Amino acid sequence: MTRFLLRRLLSSLLVLWLADSLLFGMIHLVPGDPASIMLGPRATPELKAEFASRLSLDQPLHIQLGRFYAGLVRGDLGEDPFSNRKVADMVLEQLPYTLVLVLAAIGGASLLGIPLGCFSAIHRNSWLDRLTGVMSVAFIAIPSFIVALYLLLWLAVKWRWFPAMGAGSVGDYPDQLHHLVLPAIALGLGWVGYIARLVRASMLEVMEENHIRTARAFGLPERTIIIHYALRIAILPTVTILGLGIGSMLSGALFAEIVFSRPGIGRLLYEAVLGRNYPVVMGAVLVTTGFFVFCTLLADTVNALLDPRLRKEAGE
Amino acid sequence: MNQAKPQGTMARTFQALKKDPLGMTGFVLVCLILFLTVFAGWLAPHDPLEVDVHNRLSSPSAEHWLGTDQLGRDILSRVLFGGQVALKVSLVAISVAMGFGLLLGMLAGFGPRWLDRLLVAAFDTVRSFPTIMFALAVIALTGPSLNTVIGVIIITSIPVYARVVRTQTLALRERDFILAERAMGASTFRILRHHVLPNIAAPLFILASMDVPAVVGMEAGLSFLGMGVSPPTPSWGTILNDGYSYLRNSPWPIIAGGLPLIAVTLGFTFFGESLRDIFDPRLQGKDR
Amino acid sequence: MSDSVLEIRDLSVGYTTDRGTLQALRDVCIEIPAGKIVGIVGESGCGKSTLISAIIRLLAPNARISQGSIRFKGQDLLGLSSEAMRKLRGDEISMVFQDPMTSLNPVLTIGRQMADVQHRSPSPRKAKNARSLMMLERVGIPDPASQLDQYPHQLSGGMRQRVAIAMALMTEPSLLIADEPTTALDATLEVQIIHRLQQLQADFGCSILFISHHLGVIAELCEEVIVMYAGAVVESGPTASVFSNPRHPYTQKLLECDPARMPQPTRHLPVIEGNLPDLIDLPQGCIFSERCGQRIDRCLSEPPLLSGGLHRAACHLQTGEA
Repeated sequence: MTRFLLRRLLSSLLVLWLADSLLFGMIHLVPGDPASIMLGPRATPELKAEFASRLSLDQPLHIQLGRFYAGLVRGDLGEDPFSNRKVADMVLEQLPYTLVLVLAAIGGASLLGIPLGCFSAIHRNSWLDRLTGVMSVAFIAIPSFIVALYLLLWLAVKWRWFPAMGAGSVGDYPDQLHHLVLPAIALGLGWVGYIARLVRASMLEVMEENHIRTARAFGLPERTIIIHYALRIAILPTVTILGLGIGSMLSGALFAEIVFSRPGIGRLLYEAVLGRNYPVVMGAVLVTTGFFVFCTLLADTVNALLDPRLRKEAGE
Repeated sequence: MNQAKPQGTMARTFQALKKDPLGMTGFVLVCLILFLTVFAGWLAPHDPLEVDVHNRLSSPSAEHWLGTDQLGRDILSRVLFGGQVALKVSLVAISVAMGFGLLLGMLAGFGPRWLDRLLVAAFDTVRSFPTIMFALAVIALTGPSLNTVIGVIIITSIPVYARVVRTQTLALRERDFILAERAMGASTFRILRHHVLPNIAAPLFILASMDVPAVVGMEAGLSFLGMGVSPPTPSWGTILNDGYSYLRNSPWPIIAGGLPLIAVTLGFTFFGESLRDIFDPRLQGKDR
Repeated sequence: MSDSVLEIRDLSVGYTTDRGTLQALRDVCIEIPAGKIVGIVGESGCGKSTLISAIIRLLAPNARISQGSIRFKGQDLLGLSSEAMRKLRGDEISMVFQDPMTSLNPVLTIGRQMADVQHRSPSPRKAKNARSLMMLERVGIPDPASQLDQYPHQLSGGMRQRVAIAMALMTEPSLLIADEPTTALDATLEVQIIHRLQQLQADFGCSILFISHHLGVIAELCEEVIVMYAGAVVESGPTASVFSNPRHPYTQKLLECDPARMPQPTRHLPVIEGNLPDLIDLPQGCIFSERCGQRIDRCLSEPPLLSGGLHRAACHLQTGEA
């Protein structure tokens, strides 16, 4: 088990290192002078030179790369040249908003999708089963920003059930929750049917297994069999998929944050891109990529912890 | 499937499609979208760029079926022409990505082990970025343009195709008939062309069909953020962007800009799913 | 009649398939007297599994009972509601399944599963655990207290099967159905388990329906034996009589092929030639006629009926006492 996780951790770190280097290379090897692009056409040569030295752009590339890695290891993502703030601080300030949004979306989707999947597996070919079947295919593919826009249009602007902008006032949890509802629905809606479908497929598989027959032969109530004996196993592949899904959720979160004018890491990135603020762009992308890779790793770990069989196999 | 005859396959596919209402719905939607987009020039009632300041943000009327935007431009015409952008992006991006994916996937599957590992690591790296984040990072460097959008979509899609090709190639590589060909001294190129390619054509085609919504959504999303198609060129994303700015004045640009995106998504996804079930029963869910 | 725990009469079960109805069981009659161990022998595909599933009413959805009755302590099981049937399962009738690797839930501890078996008991978890411990001890598991927190994969095959037996006897059932419980185990373990089962049967006084294709085990354990072939009973009677004086050619062949009974060791295990008949399109006469070395003309046209006194066989050739 430890070896399995260690191997996964190493490969994750490798991918992360490659991704970071790729990003660094992209910014520094693309033709054109980052300082001129950032400052715009009207900047004076003196200003540009001063700017370049502040960002260490005047140093040889290998020194820049060395500093970049050294900073990464220390958790230093550089400085925003416009506001003189630490990029790491700016990112960490925004990250919780995005995390809450993604978790709310995944949580809500699972809360609806898992029971729906169980129901579909047990009542196969019922109308609800068919509906989830169609829904799962249809909704996962619809871009989440379309859902976000439609929700905004109807539920926030037209009917005024939910606020259209922001994340709610600080410290006022009901208000924050109220602000969270629409973005989370926009992000999670597509996942409801998808999760239901995954759970259904793996439930159908598990219900065929011998130990379920044993449980039935002991006359256990069907509810116990489904929830404690089957779902516990059927949920495992879903956990992995959810971990992978967080990546696409992060992309969706960016749109939700922009459509609903919410703070968050997506919005930070978007504004940094508009302002050509490379250090912030880089920091935001690095952190989201790291988060994504971390989630994949986490999904594997949780899977290993939930499945005693895997614990053994991986341990041997 | 191994020795597929083109006409036979087409006819068989269509027969199977007729029995699947969802797949047929998808097929009809796809045909409808293609028709409307290709013939947008004839079908559009107005010039999509024609400004009419006296008739701004109007609701649907006999003159403007889907209303007008903040400059008084006819939304229906803009939606029809916007489809051309979406279609162009998906056609170019998917075919180029598929080409590279095919090449790299076969290389990984049939080449030496070190090359396989290297390529897989490269695929994993590219996929480790959430797509939109990667696109924004690139756009920050190059500035917003449709070509950048296409380029980013190509780079992020190559691993998707390459992985499928690699898996299929690896599976085929050990099959008896390929081993026999090799023993008889057939060149790798011959094997790839005559045996591997026909076998992965169907899965690739299906993958491409399922990929269309993702590509169209990506283009629309980036254009919505103002990072793709530049105004005044109509694109579904820019229509939505305009609509978002004037959301409180008129809901029509958003409704009209979103519907074709939903139609494309449903059409290609249903069609692709159905094709997948027809061609590759192993991939489909236990029962459907 | 009243001293039978289980009495099956003319049971026929078919499976609906694309090709037609697969007649998995035809006119099966079986009686299990109270407090006795009855064995069923037959190759795979003889209908053993269908029979068990029919008794505990857990048949596949495409299966249909076309005729017959299954009486358990005088009560017709086929007429019970599914809820009433569920109440009997794991209480009055228990099962031990073939493969201990897959028949226990892999993600729940032994203790949890043993406690769940006592789901009808109102006692708290502690009391249930105590009972589980007692049962584990009785089936011969060393250090039972430390086993409750284990997952099935942490136990050996033999231990797992003991756990399964402990679970099955937990509620002191009147009938224990054991479906090839020792097939997956090696010979030494098999002997241990068989002896333990014998002892437990004596202690609990339950009846056991023991299914196996291992003739030695049946001979050792069972007082009566039923030989099944292709969904029908071909011979039945007291074990000693059937094994020493088999009347049906199929039983004779089975005994000839049993490696433990061969006069001298050979390199190749003898097998019965030919295949099972097609259960969808059954032959007109005797079902064994195709593979039978002693076939006469009558075998091809007329199906033989089970006849005889205590020791009965379904064969036109059978002779001896009536």
